[in-house]
Amino acid sequence: MAKVIGEIVVDIERCKGCEVCLDACPTQTIAMVDEVNGKGYHYMQNIHNACTGCTNCAIVCPDGVITVYRVKV
Amino acid sequence: MEETITKSDIIKPENLVYKKTDLMTDNVLSYCPGCGHGTTHRIIMETIEEMGVQKDTIGIAPVGCSVLAYEFMNIDMQQAAHGRAPALATAIKRLLPYKTVFTYQGDGDLAAIGTAETIHAANRGENITIIFINNGIYGMTGGQMAPTTLEGMKSSTTPYGRDWEMMGHPLKITELLAQLPGTYFVSRQAVHTPANVRKTKKAIRNAFELQKLNRGMTFVEVVSNCNSGWKMTPVQANQWMVENMFPFYPLGDIKVDGELVKK
Amino acid sequence: MKKELRLMKGNEAFAEGAIRAGVDGYFGYPITPQSEVMEYLTAEKPHERTGMVVLQAESEVASINMLYGGAGCGKKVMTSSSSPGISLMQEGISYMAGAELPCIVLNVVRGGPGLGTIQPAQSDYFQATKGGGHGDYRLITLAPSSVQEMYDFVKLGYDLAFKYRTPVMVLSDGAIGQMMEKVEIDEQIPRTQDEEIRSKYPWATMGKTPDRERNIITSLDLDPARHERHNLKLQAKYREIEKAEIRFETIQCEDADFLFVAYGTSSRICQKSIQLCREKGIKVGLFRPITLFPFPKNDLKQVARGCKGILSVEMSAGQMIEDIRLAIEGSVRSEHYGRMGGIIPSPIEVAEALEQKFIKS
Repeated sequence: MAKVIGEIVVDIERCKGCEVCLDACPTQTIAMVDEVNGKGYHYMQNIHNACTGCTNCAIVCPDGVITVYRVKV
Repeated sequence: MEETITKSDIIKPENLVYKKTDLMTDNVLSYCPGCGHGTTHRIIMETIEEMGVQKDTIGIAPVGCSVLAYEFMNIDMQQAAHGRAPALATAIKRLLPYKTVFTYQGDGDLAAIGTAETIHAANRGENITIIFINNGIYGMTGGQMAPTTLEGMKSSTTPYGRDWEMMGHPLKITELLAQLPGTYFVSRQAVHTPANVRKTKKAIRNAFELQKLNRGMTFVEVVSNCNSGWKMTPVQANQWMVENMFPFYPLGDIKVDGELVKK
Repeated sequence: MKKELRLMKGNEAFAEGAIRAGVDGYFGYPITPQSEVMEYLTAEKPHERTGMVVLQAESEVASINMLYGGAGCGKKVMTSSSSPGISLMQEGISYMAGAELPCIVLNVVRGGPGLGTIQPAQSDYFQATKGGGHGDYRLITLAPSSVQEMYDFVKLGYDLAFKYRTPVMVLSDGAIGQMMEKVEIDEQIPRTQDEEIRSKYPWATMGKTPDRERNIITSLDLDPARHERHNLKLQAKYREIEKAEIRFETIQCEDADFLFVAYGTSSRICQKSIQLCREKGIKVGLFRPITLFPFPKNDLKQVARGCKGILSVEMSAGQMIEDIRLAIEGSVRSEHYGRMGGIIPSPIEVAEALEQKFIKS
């Protein structure tokens, strides 16, 4: 059965840690990390490798910091 | 088999499915974390990119949080005096009828100080699009009461909640504008979830497309949060918006093809 | 080429001048004594003659902001109003000065303060020449004294407005706006095409093309150092205007012992007063500033050299007199004579005022 695997690239320095993306992720693969960026914000990362590349997080991100890639396997 | 696919196999230009549009500049947005302005800016720019109308689009920034919208939108823009964006847009569109002209205004700008310009531009049926961000508060100046502040809602000038006997009622300017024959498409949307973002973008696309028909003003309200002004986290603010703003400012199309939508 | 002659009101001449000068848009709101401008324009159907847009706005506030929008696109835009309406426009004029946008604003001055009267006055001199709205800026201020000049100053106004990217105020009054005189009409100047605007005014928001950065029309800059630089640039522009754009007229000043200094309607009265004075053997001349900003300081000082007195004649409590005194730096005695509330002084009373203040006293 065809499956899609996604991956996101986060512009860490532009993430403001608002967490609006977290609820938008259908696979709960993203989370805020303990580290902070140069502005002092915790930022989001893909931590569970369950990304499907659905783009939801990127679409709802107010700061447009997320780039999404997707492959079919 | 799957195990062999690494991150670097996926992150390749041919696998790209979403990226911030180049019509947004690389300037860091001046908005608070989680603010709906950024999302709304981005989907307007995505729409302009998809329609291929960058060279024929003129945007107008208001006074308020989005006063610096021109720092983020990579299109020709003018910055208007407080409330006057529809007057600028009126002249621009009349002098350059083939351009796509839009204003981007908050609730204080559009529904208080700019009420006359808004209503008369709508009533003249100016072929412009107004994107109206309603977060029920004056964000830029520190969270004072706006015309759209809900009854009982606290703000820095209604510290005990808005009391209509003293401060009047919240103004449903969008419903009011929909009554005018000069408006052709009026919709109220939000940008707090992916589904809502997609709907809002569709409404904006619709508004811009309809501008070409010269049938009158197209108007998209975006009910948004102001977590700083509301003194909440961004996620809490979105939840509060769903529970309190949406019942008073219900989402959906209000006027389509010049006809009020029957509820 | 023989020019066309017409008998017109000042307000109508201004309106016809606008069409002939290739103006792109007029945005206005009715107010006495200047409503003929928009009435003439709507009757003339300039959209058929040249494609010019004429729109009656919902207020003076909206009108001036329509000018901002149109001027930001490099279009020739104008409005007209009278004193209370001009007060309402001050915010927008300040924005346009800050954003360096060209336009013409006609003020057919009536008496104030407040709603005042609909009769002519010159009590908006300070407002026109010192800025008028908030912030450090000046408006090039042209003062017509005839119906012909109401017509001519449209073209002159745009030449200056676009040369310096600044709003231009035509400071008229209710008498000049309403009176009828013979006017020489020029041939039609074609409106500027959009592609020409793109090349002539590269700052205009005509839509971002790939070959240039986006254009932004704004008066805002939150960085103090940058904003000071912007202010210094504006000031340098005003100094340049003061050097290059002085305009004035002198009448019978060569042998004059006394000078009237007056503009607009007052300057017309003074011409008759000169005659009355000279009949009595008092040699009087008239110095008429045409640009009120830039005020012809050095020229006035030059002309006044050797004079025994200067009488500033204004339909106000005395506003231009301050610029006169700054100009002559105490080298000649200067006095003010004025009427207010919509009263135009008679030539006799002006002549008597001169005698009273300088000869009999």
